[in-house]
Amino acid sequence: MTGPGALPRTYRPRPSIWWWVRKRSYLLFVLRELSSVFVAWFVALTLALVWSVERGAEQYERLLDVLSNPFAVALNVVALAFLLLHTITWFNLTPKAMPIRLFGARVPPVAIVAAQWAAFAAVSAFVIWLVVG
Amino acid sequence: MADTMTMRVTRYEPDLDHEPRTQDFSIPLRDNWVVLDGLNYIKDQLDGTLSYRWSCRMGICGSCGMMVDDEPVLTCATFLVDYAPGPIRVEPLANFPVVRDLVVDISDFIERLPRVSPWLVRHEDEPVDDGEYLQTPGELAEYEQYSMCINCMLCYSACPVYGLDPGFIGPAAIALAQRYNLDSRDQGAADRLDVLIHPDGLWGCTFVGECTTACPKDVDPAGAIQRYKLTAAIETLKSYVEGPS
Repeated sequence: MTGPGALPRTYRPRPSIWWWVRKRSYLLFVLRELSSVFVAWFVALTLALVWSVERGAEQYERLLDVLSNPFAVALNVVALAFLLLHTITWFNLTPKAMPIRLFGARVPPVAIVAAQWAAFAAVSAFVIWLVVG
Repeated sequence: MADTMTMRVTRYEPDLDHEPRTQDFSIPLRDNWVVLDGLNYIKDQLDGTLSYRWSCRMGICGSCGMMVDDEPVLTCATFLVDYAPGPIRVEPLANFPVVRDLVVDISDFIERLPRVSPWLVRHEDEPVDDGEYLQTPGELAEYEQYSMCINCMLCYSACPVYGLDPGFIGPAAIALAQRYNLDSRDQGAADRLDVLIHPDGLWGCTFVGECTTACPKDVDPAGAIQRYKLTAAIETLKSYVEGPS
């Protein structure tokens, strides 16, 4: 104290810029946030594919050539990993954001997550059928 | 098992120290002792100048929250044997200014809590002769979980968003707002919406989820915030469609 009525001097620690490596949950959170960049990348890539298809076979082949170079393949492998992380973590978080009540009872969180995976599998199967079938 | 344990306690004397330091104490290691018992032993037997907050010793008052081995916990509910053989580190709650030793300045929290009107708001009171405001068990279940909050601030300590941006209104305040919003007797949801959609309100939350992990009462503030985000988005959209009321 420096005088009557004065407030004590408090110590406020400065947060480290490395706060996110301190705990596994913080690291996972930061990776999940980072995954949004790769989601945006895949959206841009999909739009580019649609655009090239609209421009004709030659343009489409040219884009596929660009995407087959090792750098693009490596980038897309990393992007796919982040996209899976994004999907899995958000699926797991959904029951917290959307508690669902059916017939007066709360639907168990595991059922909500399972329903999302079922929908994911159904949509994926449809896309595979469209491409391969 | 050894019958003593080293407790590494953070000390900070504002008139003498530029920054906190640690001090080791040897305390008895007993099966039924919690961290708070260890601190009380130090205070009674070893160093009476040690400062910390505590009151009820039964997980209700919410005043003995501290960092134990980097995790925010209630020291009255954290057993020493779980940290044997030690040393066990006891620090003041993270993300708050330290006043002295293990005592933190909670005035920010105390100032922002009333902003969300954490009480039953009634715009139209029913006559007393009409009796109580009755609720069904289902209506009670809607908010009961959020009513368990004891204002211990462990969620603020666990929240990196609050640590980086102390202006953020924080998990407990939003969960308490949701506790009253979901109460069938309350009519204050629109007033709270204005506070919560403020830039320092719920949109600051990036859903780290650690507030829920740290909560000793299973309140699930992270869930409350995400639910309220959906409500806030719908209400905001409605206000655009319907125009100002």
